[in-house]
Amino acid sequence: MIAVLLAQTIAIIGGTVYPVAGPKVANATVLIRDGKVVAVGGSGSITVPSDATRIDATGKWITPGFIDGGGQMGLVEIGAVEGTREGALRGDSVAAAFNVAEGINPASTLIPVTRIEGITTTLATPGGTLISGQAVLIDLDGPTIERMLVKSPAGMVVYLNEQAKDAGGGSRAGVTERLRRVFGDALEYGRRKAEYSRAQMQALSAGAADLAALLPVLRGAEPLIAVANRQSDIATALRLAREYKLELIIAGAAEGWQMAAEIARAGVPVLVQPLDNIPSYDALGIRYENAALLARAGVKVALLETDTHNSRNLRQQAGNAVSYGMTWEQALRAVTLSPAEIFGVADRYGSLEPGKVANVVVWSGDPFEFTTAVEHVFIRGREIPLVSRQTELFERYKKLPPSY
Amino acid sequence: MRQFLYPSLVLLVGCAAAGTRQATAPTPQAATAESTSVMRPQYPSTYQRHPFRPVVIRNATIMTATGQEIPSGSLLFKDGRIVAVGAKVDAPADALVVDGTGKYVTPGLIDDHSHLGVYAAPGTDAESDGNEATNPVTAEVWAEHSFWPQDPQIPLAIAGGITTIQALPGSANLIGGRSAILKLIPARTVQEMKFPGARYGLKMACGENPKRVYGRRGGPSTRMGNMAGYRSAFAQAEAYRQRWDAWSKDHKGDPPERNLRLETLAEVLRGNIYVQTHCYRADEMAQMEDLAHEFGFKIRSFHHAVEAYKIADLLARDSTSVSVWADWWGFKEEAMDGVQQNAALNQQAGGRPLLHSDSPSGIQRLNQEAAKAMYSGRRAGIAITRDEALRWITVNPAWTLGLDSIVGTLEPGRMADIVVWSGDPFSVYAKAVQVYNDGWLVYDRSDAAHQPRTDFELGQVPAPGSDR
Repeated sequence: MIAVLLAQTIAIIGGTVYPVAGPKVANATVLIRDGKVVAVGGSGSITVPSDATRIDATGKWITPGFIDGGGQMGLVEIGAVEGTREGALRGDSVAAAFNVAEGINPASTLIPVTRIEGITTTLATPGGTLISGQAVLIDLDGPTIERMLVKSPAGMVVYLNEQAKDAGGGSRAGVTERLRRVFGDALEYGRRKAEYSRAQMQALSAGAADLAALLPVLRGAEPLIAVANRQSDIATALRLAREYKLELIIAGAAEGWQMAAEIARAGVPVLVQPLDNIPSYDALGIRYENAALLARAGVKVALLETDTHNSRNLRQQAGNAVSYGMTWEQALRAVTLSPAEIFGVADRYGSLEPGKVANVVVWSGDPFEFTTAVEHVFIRGREIPLVSRQTELFERYKKLPPSY
Repeated sequence: MRQFLYPSLVLLVGCAAAGTRQATAPTPQAATAESTSVMRPQYPSTYQRHPFRPVVIRNATIMTATGQEIPSGSLLFKDGRIVAVGAKVDAPADALVVDGTGKYVTPGLIDDHSHLGVYAAPGTDAESDGNEATNPVTAEVWAEHSFWPQDPQIPLAIAGGITTIQALPGSANLIGGRSAILKLIPARTVQEMKFPGARYGLKMACGENPKRVYGRRGGPSTRMGNMAGYRSAFAQAEAYRQRWDAWSKDHKGDPPERNLRLETLAEVLRGNIYVQTHCYRADEMAQMEDLAHEFGFKIRSFHHAVEAYKIADLLARDSTSVSVWADWWGFKEEAMDGVQQNAALNQQAGGRPLLHSDSPSGIQRLNQEAAKAMYSGRRAGIAITRDEALRWITVNPAWTLGLDSIVGTLEPGRMADIVVWSGDPFSVYAKAVQVYNDGWLVYDRSDAAHQPRTDFELGQVPAPGSDR
């Protein structure tokens, strides 16, 4: 049977809308047509077409779908089962050409578990040692990778923290030396591709495919996502960005609060997990107030939840960010519009405005609170059934013994 | 092992207002662990209560974990004991008066599954002291002998309202060793932290971990190998116990030779040590109950117990508590069937669920984990009360450690382990603002003089509020 895509209009009526791009609107209507938001405003100001599917949202809160700025959604099914992990290239410390997209499993059970709690978009990120590859941004709905991709690549991931040291011969200074060599060779390769092809160049520090993949980063056309937690590593990231005129994003940024003004001055955004505070030699200054202190200094902050299986706890991360100093509005922005801006998709994502992709969540209350239930989730205008493998397990075992 | 992408650390792994009640109960007697194989004191607790003024908290919402939540209530404690709880409480003139307006008061939180001190921060190999992974049965090792009181994770957990922990060996081994039951206070030695009179726990582990660790090191390499390993160890322990019990009757001749491994297991068989079993899958938990029946001991709690909801009826019948997370799942195959209603379903079945952390991060917000588990249950139609959810992080773990007559509730005579919260502890926005351990103000969020710091932190980890 051929699926017929029908023009569908949905009207979410009577709730309080948090468009993020502007102040909240009480007793509002959000009109969705053909996967896009077409109108947002006070219910009196919007005419709902007669053929629209109407959703009564009286007393509800409506926000854009949340965006998780980290994790490996679709790239890992069972952490300890290697056969289900696709998120890292083995043995290759310079893997710039590795784009994770085709490793993503659209049928992953993690996807429904995550999206029914209001997370509609996530980064899917390569893990690795030095240059780990290209992260992509995906919507958590769709039968194929093509239908899920929001942006690919969304950024080149580079590790500057403790885990990069082996690839740098055992020293952070070795890490930067090697990165500069690879960046230099990439630029050289970009200038002399023809000579490279004729084998008239000296040996380069990485393969042609990896060097070529770095060129958009070195042109500033693709962000460099640098994983850095220690203050000195963050300073290294800023230094490299100045040297090579990179569009830098700092991920982790645990000690970022210690140099928040400098990060703000550099105009560099950060991806932060608020509930990190266990000291290690990679970040002795790690603390809960980090996200708030960075935001207060004027740094653009997006939040993340690193436990991919519990990407849904991005809500709890955001609530705790508020507990430790962020304003509620800052925290909402940090899981919606700010990540959309950081990954260069704010023209399509991150707020509820006409023309934006209809990733919309209807909540029973404050999305950061544990009392709150998700009542409706729309991804690209499609209403997502609120079921997952976990809800099916619950239904099977809520009365014992179960009927198989 | 869980997958972390931007890792900053490596992970190993009903409520009516009540009238005032005054203390009439005598000081609770700590449980005493007696061993007939050892006729001398062993590694005794040197714990001493820190002297502190009497404290009265007024006009707060008192969550007692005894079935009552008292709005605008008061709580008086003195010399480490709760004296009175109720709507009106008289306090001595020298009492410190804490204005509880807008605040909530709960018993100190108890985490029955922690690796603080044995897997201390900063997480280097030098502090990795939680798994004696040299033999699948190491009942002879004791977690207290690995515990580092200067672990900088300890003050973080205190600031989360934790007053008592069970520090456990890891789960590499079938039988991993004795746990340490500790008052979570700053101290120079672990002996100063040992909960006086608390029974030891014995850490056991099912499933994937032991067979993964030993599969290529002489076994066990299968779940049936795991089971044979437990049975073999307890069969030896039965014989050992009989030799000692026979000798103890008349002390005739030389005593039997001591064997530290079997001594611990014999204590389990005598009921003096509580069995704490790491186990994920429902079918395996049922097997472990059979093992316990074969050798005549009880399993006090299944830890992690991701599939406990599938056999909640069986676990309730065996009086085994279930120590669970709110939502962890999927990090390994035996953790794939996690549901957010695990605690609620076990409560519904008449069992004794509780929330544990197994994490230096999670231990800092057990209240939030209980909130998630409670509301997940309610949304699915299981009517969990606030008091039940509070019991998940207080008196239920206290029961698991055998301490429920001493800590875990706000009742006259109970040890004064008290947390004052900035708001409803089931809100994401609430924080512990004061923590009293045995009547001692061990943490005050608004007073740097009551924010303990470990030696490790000095000159190395910025102090809260500092701006270096």
